[in-house]
Amino acid sequence: MAAYAMNPPRFAAVLAGGMLFGFGLALSTMVQPEVVLGFLRFRDWGLMLVMGGAMGVTLLAYRYAPRRLRAPLLGGGFDRHVSRLDRDTVLGSAIFGIGWGLCGVCPGPAIAGLGTGNLGLLWALLGIVAGAGLQGWQAGRQQALPLPPQTQD
Amino acid sequence: MQNLLFPLGWAHYLAGGVLIGTGVALLFVLTGRVGGMSTVYSSTWSFVTRSAFFQQARFLDSRGWRLVYALGLVLGAALYWWGWGPGAGGVAGHTAVPAWQLLLGGGLVGYGARRANGCTSGHGICGLGSLQLPSLVAVLTFMATAFVTANVVLALTGGR
Repeated sequence: MAAYAMNPPRFAAVLAGGMLFGFGLALSTMVQPEVVLGFLRFRDWGLMLVMGGAMGVTLLAYRYAPRRLRAPLLGGGFDRHVSRLDRDTVLGSAIFGIGWGLCGVCPGPAIAGLGTGNLGLLWALLGIVAGAGLQGWQAGRQQALPLPPQTQD
Repeated sequence: MQNLLFPLGWAHYLAGGVLIGTGVALLFVLTGRVGGMSTVYSSTWSFVTRSAFFQQARFLDSRGWRLVYALGLVLGAALYWWGWGPGAGGVAGHTAVPAWQLLLGGGLVGYGARRANGCTSGHGICGLGSLQLPSLVAVLTFMATAFVTANVVLALTGGR
């Protein structure tokens, strides 16, 4: 897969998609950690409606766009979400949930919430950036270890 | 029943969710990209480190549009908040969750989501939206540990 080359229409399309996403996160109050924690403490089931609504629309697009269109309207190919059922997915998700239950912030709202002027979310953003860095550093080491020693030639 | 499940009302949750899905759908129909949010935290590292893990093609090839997408998230949330939300009355977003909880929780969120290759949007919206069984396992797993953690923290701190 080559780099996804940006041009003005694609820039506008990606920005518009992100803006709808962020608008929805703010409207549904998911950018407020207290609301997310309220869901996780069984006080308010709204998060199910947010996830269900988002997933339903996404399901339709992912299912029908590749059937009706030969290619995305601005060129290129249709990507696919690929997930594997392995130790990393289960263990990583379990750790993600512990963090989410501790702070009420997940990766999207940590970014979108900054638009509301909630500077406290910078702590969560800093943590997520550091955690992602740690994961990459660790995964890089594990990939490098089993290989035979590098030889100069 | 409605007040029990949704004490703050339900319409804004559903409308917000549909808008989130519309954003992900628009991105897909126009560009073919799959718009989960956690990958940007790895792909952006590729700008500042030469480590082979972060220099993988999947990060290099997507780091540009992912940052634009993240910028859109900030702008879209700002548009709602300051145009129609509490910000229209001059109130900035605020959280009473202590900084250490945000920082430590964020660290676990970042590490875990990247290890699992997806978060609430990557597995929850995009993964379930493509009917991927591993994503369903991921969602059920993080929901379970999040429910337990949030309630344990509530019990330990003994308050809100």
